[in-house]
Amino acid sequence: MLLSITKNIHEWLFSLMPENVASIVEMTIIAIIYLTGFAVAGLFLVLMERRIAAWFQLRRGPNRVGFHGILQTIADALKLVSKELTGTIKADKFLYNLAPYFVIITALLALSVLPFTQDFQAFDINIGILFLIAISSIGVIGILLAGWSSNNKFSLIGAMRSGVQTISYELSVSLSLLTIVLMTGTLQLSEIVEVQKNGWLIVQGHIPAVIAFMIYMIAGTAETNRTPFDLVEAESELGAGFHTEYSGMKFAYFFLAEFINMFIIASIATTVFFGAWLSPFGITESIPLLGIFWFLAKTFVIVFLMMWFRWSFPRLRIDQILTLEWKYLLPINLVNLVVMAVIVWLGLTIQF
Amino acid sequence: MEKILFYILAIIMIVFAVASVSSRKMLRSVVYLLFVLIGIAGIYFLIDYNFLAAIQLTVYAGGIIVLMIFSVLLIHHIEMELEVAKLLKKIITAIVCLAGLGIFLATIYSHPFNVIENSNSTTINEIGKGFLSYKAGGFILPFEVISVLLLAAMIGAIVIAKGTKKSEVGSPKSEE
Repeated sequence: MLLSITKNIHEWLFSLMPENVASIVEMTIIAIIYLTGFAVAGLFLVLMERRIAAWFQLRRGPNRVGFHGILQTIADALKLVSKELTGTIKADKFLYNLAPYFVIITALLALSVLPFTQDFQAFDINIGILFLIAISSIGVIGILLAGWSSNNKFSLIGAMRSGVQTISYELSVSLSLLTIVLMTGTLQLSEIVEVQKNGWLIVQGHIPAVIAFMIYMIAGTAETNRTPFDLVEAESELGAGFHTEYSGMKFAYFFLAEFINMFIIASIATTVFFGAWLSPFGITESIPLLGIFWFLAKTFVIVFLMMWFRWSFPRLRIDQILTLEWKYLLPINLVNLVVMAVIVWLGLTIQF
Repeated sequence: MEKILFYILAIIMIVFAVASVSSRKMLRSVVYLLFVLIGIAGIYFLIDYNFLAAIQLTVYAGGIIVLMIFSVLLIHHIEMELEVAKLLKKIITAIVCLAGLGIFLATIYSHPFNVIENSNSTTINEIGKGFLSYKAGGFILPFEVISVLLLAAMIGAIVIAKGTKKSEVGSPKSEE
């Protein structure tokens, strides 16, 4: 059904206009859809985080604006739009203004390759996972620039910590995804989903896949700079970390991008480990439109897991973070990779 | 469509390449260089070399530029500006650059390029097999040589990081 809608729009556009114009218009429409989804998802995730935090701390959380506080984050966003944009005097203005866009554009680029349903995927590139890793390695540049150009030592320290942390944990994210790629034999996300029609990869790969998933979740949480790895913006030490000097919409960009990054980490986990839009045991295989429901349901379960981490664990020290990555996760990951290779080689995967 | 995109990318790359060498603020030059590298990745995407483009983004934009930014963060204060070179140096550099550009342009315009009709994008399978095949056209030897080089670099880094005292005693017990 979704396919026929998009197909109809596609044909209608191309019948209306010359080919060049039509393709540009089509791209613009897709971009607008993604931007809208981006904003809505970001606002919803902020609300979800606050409600869940309240639930964990036995508070009520936002419940005044709209039905059970649904409109709270929209009100917050309106407030942020209307706020004055401040900055420090000796900041490097160009880089200071550029930094938020790095963070937000990389988040948007990553969204474009995710397979929300069979047909709802903007950019089905044949190196999907590699592209995601490449994009996520650029996001950190925005944080580093923001910290340096603010001309504030707390920002700078926050940015340095973020850099160290992101670069270290990127390794674990990539290696744990690579463990799964061993089973699929392809990097293209749509084909990875196709492989999972014989059982989700976390089931197919049993023990090593579960280990890979655990490592992925730890490293993913670290990469989004969330508690217990939120040294980047450790409130008790650094003010607000790298975005101390940002206000109004520029701050909102960082804030939104952080939540979208969490969503992206969860979506990648969904796609790679839990079969993306595939329904459990194929119960709704005949209704492809429900794919988006399954995708979002799985993603939000994982997002909930990450929020659960946040309100359960205390913050780690910087040396503990680096020890965890280099002395534990990395060796475990490498051994796990070899174990997975042996399992795939001997054909010990579980197939339905 | 592709033509327009190519020219947009090319202009971005040229403008930022010039900005990168002429900017007097160090971190700004690094960021301009980042834009040039992203532009190159864009060109790769345009000609369907997706793998190369992603590697370009990971290695250059994500790795080298982050490393550069890190070193700038460590050594450079925000109010510092780079010195302006002397006039003679500028002139010499300009001549050398123009000569290089001339050679490049002459080579490109004199070489007959063949237009390839079928543009299949290379798959990961082919790349992997190309890397590890030891038949004609395989890249196993360069691959291994580069890995030995990387190993040597790693050992060198460890030796330097260990400090001066131990570096004479603890010689690398490496290779393989």
